[in-house]
Amino acid sequence: MSAYNQNFVPPAAGTANGNQGSSLVNGLPGAVPHHQQQPPPSAVAPASAQQYLQQKAQQQQQQFQQPPAQPYPGISSNSSLPPPPLQFNSNIANKFLPPSSTSANNGGPPPSTLPQHLRPPTANGPTSLTNGSNGAPSANSSRTASPGLIGAPQLGGLPPMPHNPQFAHGAPLPTAVPQQSQSVASLTSNMHQMNLHRTNGPSANSQPQQQQLPPQQQQKQQQQQLPLANPMAGPVMGSKPPNLNPSTSRVIGGPPTVGGVQPAPVLAAGQRIMYGGAPGSNEQQSQNQQNNNLQRAAPPPGAGTAWPPSLPKAAVPGIPPPMQTQQPQAQSAPFAQQQPQNTAQSAPFAPPQQYQYGQAYQQPLHQPPLPQQQQQHQPPPPTGMFGAQPSSTPLQYQSQPPPPSMQSQGQHPYAQPQPTSGPPQLGAPVPLNVAQQGFSRLWGQDTIDLMQNRHILSPATLPAPKVVLHNQFHESINCSPSIMRCTVTKIPETNSLLQKSRLPLGIVIHPFRDVNNLPVIQCINIVRCRLCRTYINPFVYFVDSKMWKCNLCYRVNELPEDFQFDPATKTYGDVTRRPEVRSSTIEFIAPSEYMLRPPQPAMYLFLFDVSIIAQQSGYLEAACSVLNRHLDEMPGDARTQVGFICYDSFVHFYSMAEGLNQPHEMTLLDIDDPFLPRPDSLLVNLKECKELVRDLLKLLPKRFAHTHDPGSALGAALQVAFKLMQSSGGRITVFQACLPNKGPGALEPREDPNNRSAKDVAHLNPATDFYKRFALECSGYQIACDLFLMNQQYSDMATISGISKHSGGCVHHFPLYQKTKQHMVDSFRMCFKRYLTRKIGFEAVMRIRCTRGLQVHTFHGNFFVRSTDLLSLPNVNPDAGYGMQISYEESLTDVKTICFQAALLYTNSEGERRIRVHTVCLPVTSSLPEVMHSADTEAIIGLLSKMAVDRSIASNLSDARDAFINATIDVFNAFKIAQNLPSGQSGQLIAPRSLALMPLYILGLLKHPAFRVGTSTRLDDRVYAMDCMKTLPLDQLMKFVYPELYKIDGLIYHARNSNASTTEEDDEEDPLPELPRLQLSAEHLDSRSIFLMDCGQLIMLYVGLNVPPDVLEAVLGISSTAELGDYVYGLPHIVSAEYDILQRFLLRLNYDKPYSALVQIIRDTSTAKGQFIERLTDDRSESSLSYYEFLQHIRAQVK
Amino acid sequence: MVFNFTAFTYIVALIGDAFLIFFAIFHVIAFDELKTDYKNPIDQCNSLNPLVLPEYLLHIFLNLLFLVCGEWFSLAINIPLIAYHIWRYKTRPVMSGPGLYDPTTVLKTDTLSRNMREGWIKLAVYLISFFYYIYGMVYSLIST
Repeated sequence: MSAYNQNFVPPAAGTANGNQGSSLVNGLPGAVPHHQQQPPPSAVAPASAQQYLQQKAQQQQQQFQQPPAQPYPGISSNSSLPPPPLQFNSNIANKFLPPSSTSANNGGPPPSTLPQHLRPPTANGPTSLTNGSNGAPSANSSRTASPGLIGAPQLGGLPPMPHNPQFAHGAPLPTAVPQQSQSVASLTSNMHQMNLHRTNGPSANSQPQQQQLPPQQQQKQQQQQLPLANPMAGPVMGSKPPNLNPSTSRVIGGPPTVGGVQPAPVLAAGQRIMYGGAPGSNEQQSQNQQNNNLQRAAPPPGAGTAWPPSLPKAAVPGIPPPMQTQQPQAQSAPFAQQQPQNTAQSAPFAPPQQYQYGQAYQQPLHQPPLPQQQQQHQPPPPTGMFGAQPSSTPLQYQSQPPPPSMQSQGQHPYAQPQPTSGPPQLGAPVPLNVAQQGFSRLWGQDTIDLMQNRHILSPATLPAPKVVLHNQFHESINCSPSIMRCTVTKIPETNSLLQKSRLPLGIVIHPFRDVNNLPVIQCINIVRCRLCRTYINPFVYFVDSKMWKCNLCYRVNELPEDFQFDPATKTYGDVTRRPEVRSSTIEFIAPSEYMLRPPQPAMYLFLFDVSIIAQQSGYLEAACSVLNRHLDEMPGDARTQVGFICYDSFVHFYSMAEGLNQPHEMTLLDIDDPFLPRPDSLLVNLKECKELVRDLLKLLPKRFAHTHDPGSALGAALQVAFKLMQSSGGRITVFQACLPNKGPGALEPREDPNNRSAKDVAHLNPATDFYKRFALECSGYQIACDLFLMNQQYSDMATISGISKHSGGCVHHFPLYQKTKQHMVDSFRMCFKRYLTRKIGFEAVMRIRCTRGLQVHTFHGNFFVRSTDLLSLPNVNPDAGYGMQISYEESLTDVKTICFQAALLYTNSEGERRIRVHTVCLPVTSSLPEVMHSADTEAIIGLLSKMAVDRSIASNLSDARDAFINATIDVFNAFKIAQNLPSGQSGQLIAPRSLALMPLYILGLLKHPAFRVGTSTRLDDRVYAMDCMKTLPLDQLMKFVYPELYKIDGLIYHARNSNASTTEEDDEEDPLPELPRLQLSAEHLDSRSIFLMDCGQLIMLYVGLNVPPDVLEAVLGISSTAELGDYVYGLPHIVSAEYDILQRFLLRLNYDKPYSALVQIIRDTSTAKGQFIERLTDDRSESSLSYYEFLQHIRAQVK
Repeated sequence: MVFNFTAFTYIVALIGDAFLIFFAIFHVIAFDELKTDYKNPIDQCNSLNPLVLPEYLLHIFLNLLFLVCGEWFSLAINIPLIAYHIWRYKTRPVMSGPGLYDPTTVLKTDTLSRNMREGWIKLAVYLISFFYYIYGMVYSLIST
C-alpha cells in the first residue's frame, strides 16, 4: 500500500481548483511531484514551509466554516450528499452500473445513520444486528470470497436496512459481534488495499491479529474506544472549535476542501490512512494517543515526510519545535478530550484524500471514495486496531504532504487534482458509480483510459498479481511468483476464449533461483502419480487417508504407509501436515532410481583465448586473479577437478601431474584433427593440486603477454575440451576475445559496420551449425559450455553463442573490454566472481507437466529439448530463467483449476541427486473479462519478448516489431469487445488495470537494443540483448526492458531528517523510504536533483546541473558538478548519513541481482549523458515514437 | 497393346511412387515417435535427414520421365509438389549436412505438427498418384 500512497499527493493548498477535468488528466500525479515535495522543511525550504503552513491555515479555516452548519456529519456525508461533479456523470463506469443499484444507493443514506456516528457505543449494536446475517468475515475469507457474495448483500440488503451506508456501498459488512465491527472496518479497508495496494501485506495481516484477540481484550478495546467516541460525537463533530482547525490543518497538511464538509466519523480517518495522503498523519495521531505517548501527536508536515515510518514513537520526542508550536491547544487539552478532537479533525480530511485517491487511480472511471466512506460510518475503531496495524505507520512518510509540495505545485500540475468544493461534488449519483467502481476495483476489474492517464506507472515496484484460488485450495500456498508466473492468473476455459482475449498463454519460470527456507526432504519413496509421474503437491485431492487423486491427470493413487508420518512433528495420521503437501516449492533428495550413473563430481574446464587481440584486451589477468582468489569458493566436494586450455592458432594444454614442480605446457599444432596429448593430468583434482593450479594461474598472463599470434582456433579447442570432459560431464568456460578464424568452425566477419542502423538486420542466424552441433554433442554427454565474450570487434556472437544456447550454458558479454577501463574490469570481476561461486547443478533435466488439456507448446531459454516436455540441462545455474508457451489440447470446461508443475532433477556440487519441484495452481474461468482482468503484464512482456526473439530469428526483425505492436492492438481490441464498448474510434483507449502498463513496456521493448531500428546497434550487442531476453529471469528482464528510475532526493531528505530526530533508536533499523518509480521520461528530470536509474547490471546516477552543493558534498564528495568527469564509475567513500542511506538503497536494489550492479555517475553536461537519455524510452527520439504518440497509434488501430 | 516408352515411364513411376509412399509412411511414423517421446530428437533427425534428398530426387526423376515422354497432365499434377520441395529445401535451417530437420527446433509443437501434417498430405498425394499412374500405364498400353 505504501507504494500507492505515494501517488496521492495531497491536494495542494492552492486547491481552489474545482477543476476536475484536469484531475482526470492528472491520473497518477504522485510519482513526479512527490519527491520535490519532500525537501526537509528545516534545511531546504523553511521559508516555503512557513508559507505553506499559512496557506494551510487559511484553507482550513475556510473549510471549517462549513462544518458547523452541518451538525451531523453522518448525514452530510450520506443522505445530503451534494450533486456529483460532472466527471462522474461522464464516467465510463456509469454505463456499467446496474440501475437497481443506483437507486438503492441513492436512497441509501437514511437518517438512521446519525445515531451511529453520534453515539458510537450504541451504533455498534445496530450494526451488529443488521449485519448479523453476514457473519464475521475473517480477513482471509474476505479475500477469497467471490464478488457475488459481497455484492449481493449490498444490493439486496439495502432496502431492509437502509440506515447502514456500508451496505449501500458494498463494503464488507460489519460482523455480528460488536467488537468485531471494528475489525470489520479495518477489514474493509484491508480488502481495498488488497486490490489497490497489493503490496500491503502487513496491514492485511493486522486484521487477523486483531480478531484473534481474546474476547475480553477486544471488549476492552471497545470500551476504550467508546468513551473516546462519545465526546467526539457531541461537540467535536457537530461544531468544531474554530481554534482547533487551523492547527489540525497544519498538522495534517491534508487536503483542505472536501474534508470540512464531510466530517467523516472518527473511525474512517484511522482506516483511511492506508489509502492515501494525509490520513497517515491522522493515524499516527491516534496511534500516539493510544500509546499515550504524546499529546502532540501530529508531526509537522515536513517532519512527517522525513520520519522513519516505523518509528513513530521515536519520532515523537524528536519532533522539531515548529510542530509543537503548531499544536499548542492539543497539547494543553486533556487527553480524553484531545483524542476525540484529533480524530474529529482527522475525519474532515479523509474525504478529500479519498477523492484524490480515486482520482489518482481511477481517473477515467472515477471510482472514488465511496467504499471507503462507508467505512467512515462505522463506529470508531478501537484503539487497539491501530496498534495492530503497525504497517500503516510507514505510510505516514509517503502520504504526508510536506509543505514543500506546495512550493512545487506550480511545477507539477498533477500534484493538485483536488476539487475545492468537496461536498457538492459528492452527490447522490456518485455513490452508485462509486460503489460499482469500488467493487470492480476491489476485484481488480477496474479499467483505465490510457489516453487520459499518461503517468501510469505505479510508484513502487509492481507486485505480481495474486492468484486467487477456489475455496478448496485457498489456503494452499502457491509457488512464489518470482519462481513461476503465468501470463494470466485465471486460465481461459477453452482455446477459443483464449483466442478471443488475444493474450499469449505461457509461464515464465526461474527454477533454480536462490531461495531461502527451501524445505528439503529425504524419503525412501517419493510419492508420485503412477500414470503421469506428477509429484505430490499441495493441490492434490485426498480421497481418504489412503488415496490421493492426481491434480494433473486425475488418476487416483495410493498413498504409501510412511506418508502418514509427519517428520516435523513426528506424528502419524495427518497427511496434510507433510511438507510435500504444505509447500509448493520443495526439494527432494533423490534415491538411486533417479540416477542413470553415479552422480558426477564437479568438473570445471577453462578455455582461454590468448590470441593477440585477447592479450591486448588484457582480460586474462583479471580472469586469472579472480579465479585464483575464489578457487576455494567454487562449489564442489573433494572430487572437484579443474583444467585449463589456452588457444591461439594452436592449442596449449597444461599438465599438472603429480610430482611436477610447475605446470607442464604441451602445444597441439594439428588443429584440424585435434587429439589429446596425454590421457591424464590435464584435468586434475583441485584439492590435491591446488598449488600447481595457483602457479599456473599466476603464470598464464605472463606466458602469453608478448604473443603476436592473430589466430584463434576456438573450434579445435572446443573439440579437445569435449574429449577431455566426455567421460564425466561438467562445465566448459570459454573466454573468447575475437572472431574464431582458425581450424574447424572458423568464421568470416559478416557485419557491415555501415549498416548498423538499417531497418532490416541480417545475420541474426548462425553462419554455421558447427557450434550448434558441438553443443548438442556436449549436451548428450552432460557438458555445458558457458561463453564470456570480451570482444574488441565483431565476433559473430550469433554463431558462437550456439555453444551455450543448446547446451544449457550462459553467455556473458563485455563489449570493448580493455584492462585500462577500470569499470569494465570491475564489472567483469564481479560477474566472474558470481559465476564461479554461485550454485551449480550438473546433469540436470527439467520436466514441465500441465493439467490434462494443456501442453507445452514452445520452450524458451538455453537448453536442449529432449522430448515434448523434457529439457536437457547439462548444467543449471541460479541465474537462468526459462519461458514456455502453453497451448490447448482439449477444452477445460469441467475443470476448476489447472496446475503446472516444474520438476528439476539435478546433481548438486556435493554429488547429491536432488529434485526441486515447483507447482503453481490457477483457477479456470469462462468469462472473457475475467481473463483480461487477470492478465499479468510482466509475465506477458517476458513471454512476448521471447517469442519476438524467435520471430526475428526465424523471420526478420521488422516482423517481430510488428508483432509487438499487433499484440498490443489485439489485446486492447479484445478488451473493448469483452467490455461491450461501442466499436469505432473514440478518444479513449480503455485498458484493464492489469494491462495498463503493457503499451509502456512494449514501447520499451521496441526501443531496446534487441529490437530497435534506426539507432546504430552493433550486431553482437543486439544478439546478446536477444539472448538476454530469452534467458533472464523475469525480475531482471523487466529492469532490462524498462529500467527503474528514481529521484533520490527523498533519500537525502530522509537521511537528514532522521538525523535530526534520531535520539533513542538505532539508525540501523531505520527503514528506507519508499521512493516512487518514475516513468522514463525527461519530463521528470530536473536540474536540482539526483536521479538513479537501475538498468539491472548498471546503475546510473544522473546528477543535475544545479544540485545543491551540500548534497553533492554529502553524496559524492564533490563541491560542484564540474568536478565530475565525463565517465565516472563507482561511488566514492564518504562518511555521511546521506551517503549511507544511498548505499543502503543501492543494496536493496542489488538484493535480488546475481551480482551488484556497476554504478555510473553522469553529469548533466557529460558526454555520457547520451547513455542515460537513450534509456528514457517514453520520450520521442529521431526514429521512434514517444509514449503518448505510441498510445495514439494504438488507439487509432483499435477498432 | 504396345509396350512403348510412355508405358515404361508409368511402370517406373509406379515403382518409384511405391518408394515415395514408403518414405512418407516412414516420415509420419518418425514424427509420431518423436511426439510420444520414444526417440531422442538427435537420433531421429539423424535418421530422417539422409532420406530427404533421395526422396526429392526420386520425385524429380519421375517427373523428368513424364517430361520426356510428353505426359503433360501427369507432370502438371506433380509440379506443385516439386515447387514445394524446392522451397522447403531453400528455407531449411543452417545445416552443414544434407537434410531438413534440426534437432533443436524439431520438437516445437508448431514444427512437429507441421511435419506431421506434411507427412500425411504427402502420403495421400502419393497414394492418389499411384492409382493415377496405374490408370496411365493401362491407358498407354491399350491405346494406340
